Amino acid sequence: MHLPLSRSNLLFYPHPYHTKMSLSRRNFLKVSGLTGTMLALGYYWKADAKDAEIIKATDAEDFGVELNAWVHINTSGKVTIFSHRAEMGQGVYQAIPQIVAEELEVNLNEVNVVFAKGDNKKYGSQITGGSSTVRTAYKNLLNLGATAREMLIQAAANKWNAPKTDCYAEGGHVYHRPSKKKLHYGELVVEAAKLEMPKNVVLKKRSEYKLIGKPLPRLDTWMKTNGTAVFGMDKEIPNMLYAAVERNPRLRGKVKSFDDSATRRIPGVKDVVKVKMGVFSTYREGVAVVADSTWAAMQGKKALKVVWDDSGFEHLSTDVIYKRMSEALKTKEGLSFKKQGDPNIILKYAQKKLDVVYETPYQYHACMEPLNCIAHYQGDKLEIWGPIQAPDWVQDFISKEMNIPREKVIVNMTFLGGGFGRKAFMDYPHEAAEISKAINAPVQVVWSREDDATQGPYRPGMMYRCEGVVKNGEIDAFKVRLAGQNNDHWRSGKKGEPNRSASEGFLKPYYETIKNLSISDVPFETPIPTMWWRSVYASTNGFAYESFIDELAIEAGKDPMEFRRMYLKDERVQKLIDKMEEVSGWKSRKQNEGYGMAITECFESTVGQVVKVSRNADGKVKIDHLWAVMDCGWYVNPDTIQAQVEGSIVMGIGAATIHQVTFKDGKAVDNNFSTYQMPRINDIPPIDVYVMDNEEQAGGVGEPGLPPLAPALTNAIYDLTGKRIRKLPFNLAEV
Amino acid sequence: MANITLNINNKEYQLDADPQMPLLWAIRDMAGLKGTKYGCGVAQCGACVVHMDGEAVRSCVTRLSRAEGKKVVTIEGLSETNNHPVQQAWQQVDVPQCGYCHSGQIMSAAVLLRENPNPSDQDIDDAMAGNICRCGTYLRIRKAIHLAAEMQQKTAKG
Repeated sequence: MHLPLSRSNLLFYPHPYHTKMSLSRRNFLKVSGLTGTMLALGYYWKADAKDAEIIKATDAEDFGVELNAWVHINTSGKVTIFSHRAEMGQGVYQAIPQIVAEELEVNLNEVNVVFAKGDNKKYGSQITGGSSTVRTAYKNLLNLGATAREMLIQAAANKWNAPKTDCYAEGGHVYHRPSKKKLHYGELVVEAAKLEMPKNVVLKKRSEYKLIGKPLPRLDTWMKTNGTAVFGMDKEIPNMLYAAVERNPRLRGKVKSFDDSATRRIPGVKDVVKVKMGVFSTYREGVAVVADSTWAAMQGKKALKVVWDDSGFEHLSTDVIYKRMSEALKTKEGLSFKKQGDPNIILKYAQKKLDVVYETPYQYHACMEPLNCIAHYQGDKLEIWGPIQAPDWVQDFISKEMNIPREKVIVNMTFLGGGFGRKAFMDYPHEAAEISKAINAPVQVVWSREDDATQGPYRPGMMYRCEGVVKNGEIDAFKVRLAGQNNDHWRSGKKGEPNRSASEGFLKPYYETIKNLSISDVPFETPIPTMWWRSVYASTNGFAYESFIDELAIEAGKDPMEFRRMYLKDERVQKLIDKMEEVSGWKSRKQNEGYGMAITECFESTVGQVVKVSRNADGKVKIDHLWAVMDCGWYVNPDTIQAQVEGSIVMGIGAATIHQVTFKDGKAVDNNFSTYQMPRINDIPPIDVYVMDNEEQAGGVGEPGLPPLAPALTNAIYDLTGKRIRKLPFNLAEV
Repeated sequence: MANITLNINNKEYQLDADPQMPLLWAIRDMAGLKGTKYGCGVAQCGACVVHMDGEAVRSCVTRLSRAEGKKVVTIEGLSETNNHPVQQAWQQVDVPQCGYCHSGQIMSAAVLLRENPNPSDQDIDDAMAGNICRCGTYLRIRKAIHLAAEMQQKTAKG
């Protein structure tokens, strides 16, 4: 997902700095369930500072600041680290402790990870998106671990009355080098907590790392092999009821009336209430059936008869949406996003030009765990439990919508059974909260797969008109216009600016070498709610830009890999291309093999992919092999990166060749996996993932592996068949 | 509603429930065993797979009336200490990402390995194509099933 560049664009963007509110250590410990004497450190952001400062818990009150990313060490040496971000599969539950434990010098099995509650005044932004956790937090986390370590070493030195330089930390102990004496961290925390905070601690060099950079196993794996990991759906609280909600199938609109007589006759059904939930700047209505089991609630919902008021918005179908986009791209120049040189003049007088349109579909997030949320309204306070990507946004949103003081809205994160952007939304917790308030009881709202699939928000469908001129084997003009819904406009209602993600996915070094270039956004609206979907606009832009570069390469008579080398002069990208060539056997391809490549940038990381295709005995095109090279700069866990890239590719294969959301008369047509087909194990070719080694600023990992898949695949198909695919999804078997 | 006795993980549960209710909801909401997941409700995704008299069934479409008198095993009952060869292989290969689908994946894989102790890639694809993983851990699933097969054979010989 995308972290907002312009805060004013968003209604609910959390304030990144911390206001001067006091936090007493005792209260914090009570809230966090931690007790006893310990060394506790966190970091905080001064309103005017770029870098975070580290501070002791005991000093927080005196300083009048709120700390985040707490590290606690208790007297038995057990380390507790608060994860302020959600774990939805991307591995933050592993990455945060792996970073802290490195500098803290503790073994990972000494570390316990706890999910922080939603509170951006305490933890900073918690929206888990934009592949941002490691790349925004790692320097602070390293400093945090190192500061605690230095205090523990100092405490030991004091006890031994020895110079600190004779002492060192390893594996949760401090050692005295000359005497070989050692003390466990647990024996040192009381002393350490009394010490002054050291300033400017020295961080390790990458070559000294014992944990970072290693493919260590995930800390949450064991809970995910025996059913003990608690997802939102699995959470239970005392006296909890269950609710299923019939929502307007047209995504907007209101309940005109409903008949619940049949519903109320179903055993287990306790209540039926009308409910309204906020969907960013709009509202959606539904009828909630509350029962003593999920099944009874679902049965009750089926028996409801609801009459909807669908007036006031258009009931669109997919063909109409794309026809309008296509018309707009024929006639409108749109809002300029980027312009250098004058591609229009060159296009106007060119004897030969490329003028092509790429099309990408609306997509559904399809998390394996359908949406769900528990809310317990208790008059002056409200508590939420659920699979939530943005607990702080939920807190702010519900506080505002329901007029409950912010600090009285407590938001607890469980594990997420997938997120991909959908669970960063506040609609489903808000709905649960409203139902709990209406029935005055704790309730878990469970979305059926059908609810989840048909209610959106979706990745917006996009269309790209790409025009170009090649002269003397080089790009003379490059012009891209895109049309499609703008997530920001939809959320904030603010219009008149080009989509700020218009070039997301496109490599910046192209700007240095393509002299006549323009990118513009032709504004396009529908009533369909849209939202971030893994890798956001890069997931669709990448297809257009990297297909078009390929078409220009072929027009120029150049090898697509050489062509990119010519245009991407950046040193890191050159190395990435070298690696792609080396691992894929690009140059030693055989006849009857198609090779395609694509490189995209997403959330500060660059990923290149090479796809090899051939024909089956029956003549159908199949994917033989995939090579992916990730340059994400400084990184934590190569196994996590491999897993994320593999997963991104699988998701990319689904979006390119298998599924799409279509609309008819204002409703999403496919409502379950029976028709909304998913990639399955037999659809997945071998994938080799390589990670570039360097110490550049850390980039994202969870999303950047997705955008290159579609263009690399269609470029490979062109190479094999001469057929250019410009519309996704396409059926591999029908190429 | 009716009185129904269910045997889940060798424990008897006396339920007052609708015999038409899918086994999934009895396992989750009544027996309180939350490891078995709801994913689609229409036997398309495999997140709800449990064993019924040793066979892999989709509990989201298995009526309670059909489960009565049979031995149901869920992910919680697959092994005593999270150490079934499939679970061990899953841990070694670090298969799960979000983890939501993996109870079902593991239960499906356990039946495959019992019936085919040395499956090929094709056998694995055939047996596991009914289990969706949205995080896309498929390559690791394949790898882990091969590893589990090796472990199982070593144990059998050992």
